[in-house]
Amino acid sequence: MSLTESARPTRRDWLLDESPASRAQARLGAAYRAWLALKRNPLTMTGAVIILLLVLMAILAPLIATASPIAQNLPDRLKPPSAVHWMGTDELGRDIWSRVVYGTRITLEIVVLVAVIAAPIGLVIGAAAGYFGGWIDRALMGITDVFLALPKLILALAFTAALGPGIEHAIIAIAIASWPGYARIARAETLTIRNSEYVAAIQLQGASTFRIIGSHILPLLTSSLIIRVTLDMAGIILTAAGLGFIGLGAQPPTPEWGAMISAGRSFILDQWWVSTMPGFAIVIVSLGFCFLGDGLRDVLDPKSGERR
Amino acid sequence: MGFEPETAIAASVDEVTSGHAPRGRLFRIVLSVIEFVGTLAATFLGLMAITFFIGRVVPIDPVLAAVGDRASKAVYEAAKTAMGLDQPLWVQFARYVWAVLHGDFGISVTTGQPVGQDLLRVFPATLEMATLGILIGVVLGVPMGVTAATRQGSAVDQIIRVVGLMGYSVPAFWLGLVGLAVFYARLHWAAGPGRVDIFLDGEIDQITGLMLVDSLLQGDFDVFWNAAWHLVLPAAILGFYALAYIARMTRSFMLDQLAQEYVTTARVKGLPERIVVWRHALGPVLVPLITVIALSYAGLLEGSVMIETIFSWPGIGNYLTNALLNADMNAVLGATFVVGTFYVIINKGSDLLYRLVDPRAR
Repeated sequence: MSLTESARPTRRDWLLDESPASRAQARLGAAYRAWLALKRNPLTMTGAVIILLLVLMAILAPLIATASPIAQNLPDRLKPPSAVHWMGTDELGRDIWSRVVYGTRITLEIVVLVAVIAAPIGLVIGAAAGYFGGWIDRALMGITDVFLALPKLILALAFTAALGPGIEHAIIAIAIASWPGYARIARAETLTIRNSEYVAAIQLQGASTFRIIGSHILPLLTSSLIIRVTLDMAGIILTAAGLGFIGLGAQPPTPEWGAMISAGRSFILDQWWVSTMPGFAIVIVSLGFCFLGDGLRDVLDPKSGERR
Repeated sequence: MGFEPETAIAASVDEVTSGHAPRGRLFRIVLSVIEFVGTLAATFLGLMAITFFIGRVVPIDPVLAAVGDRASKAVYEAAKTAMGLDQPLWVQFARYVWAVLHGDFGISVTTGQPVGQDLLRVFPATLEMATLGILIGVVLGVPMGVTAATRQGSAVDQIIRVVGLMGYSVPAFWLGLVGLAVFYARLHWAAGPGRVDIFLDGEIDQITGLMLVDSLLQGDFDVFWNAAWHLVLPAAILGFYALAYIARMTRSFMLDQLAQEYVTTARVKGLPERIVVWRHALGPVLVPLITVIALSYAGLLEGSVMIETIFSWPGIGNYLTNALLNADMNAVLGATFVVGTFYVIINKGSDLLYRLVDPRAR
């Protein structure tokens, strides 16, 4: 606390205290500082607001949508945007705004599931490779590098082709294409932690390997992994939309944005809104994740700079 | 996209060679060549393992897919033996590797041709588009990155940052569609889908498969201009994605350099800012940029998959998507392998180039 302080310490002072009295105060203080740093960057806040809106839309979809996302109404097909149909209607007379709103659920489902599947796999493989070193490292990283030798989209396409079309298969395929990047990061970070003194201390205390990796190394990897996953979200959304566009992802009548763009392809010259509107949704959400990830990295991991 | 300059090989070469320092330069070069070829071979084997795995292990039952589910037991068994699927998995894999090494990817169900031939036919179209795309990306992206770095935090920097992030957030197929609707249908600034107008189709013989080169070689300027007219829009869209990545990386490399003391020295000497930035600071940046440019070149192959479906471009992306929709696994895996090969070659090639250019990595 500064010396010029005259009034009673505010909550802000308590949070920014240079010598916290308890662990809880230190943790809350660190979180508050990160929040202050995030708040300074307008792009980051834009990203955070976009993601917040995305989540709210997904939860409240029935309230926000003006019509059913799958109800067909052929007399009203291909109507331009109007007061009734904010984004117009598609070739089956469905309200595009409502489909876009319900599409947030699909998008959120895809990114969350891919992250939940791919990140832990990459984390464990990378941490194991980095901690054990030797032939285990070589074997695990060899496999990782082979997967990295193929472009993500192509790998996901080939896997979906083999598994068959469908949103579950698309999610599995994207997860398979995504984990190697996380494994790489986890390994690099583990290498820097492995030889630190605190790990040596735990080893001397006789902690098992499982315990060392599980409770003393993995927690330290999470912040860089969160950044990486956030930055990857845009790529995951684009890949999923690409699979949907080609017809290998979500199947009709699911209001998946990529599939919606594909459906509007033949009308792009005269009824531009059918393809264009879901595209805007993809761009806004992906940009949101990019902005947020960029800002998070600047705050949580300043040493990495612009590199990724 | 996890692009990081691959220093792993260089580091391991150092490890190997440092113990034999007195034996001289030639020995070290031979060793690093062996190491290089070794990792390359291992990567290709891994690549084949992935395509093999996807093709033989993941699907429900390849035999069933071939004979249909109403085939009798005898037919099924005969087909299984004919396809070599009764053999142990490693024998199957060895056979597969042998076949791929001979350029044999099987027959495509969609075209009825050997997949290898098909790929040779369609690859140049993709290469032509991606090459023009990367040229656009470099010519615009590097200056943008430099400008952003010299005016860090300014409005120009923010705009370039957003443009860069757009490259990660805009679906390529959507941009292609919107581009066609605006620049072809409304403004008539660019030609429509396809490589040339239909009435010029087949006018020139395929020599290299690159339309621009072939038409020049045969002196057919009608075809040349028409092909260029068709190429502009898809290549510009691909170029945008290359530009986004290149500009971002250039900016970050330049920021590192501009903070160095030699830059301050150059400024103190009174050199014009133009020379300090574009010659002194940009010079060292060009070395790591080689890797960045190579990676985005390889990445454009990925982008072309989506762009080609939109522009009916008869390249490898179009071939791949057609094969995907027809569950033509031979063609899918062949195309996947070729794209992977191109990716690996560009990757390793840029590593090699990097080591030749950067005196510290020698």
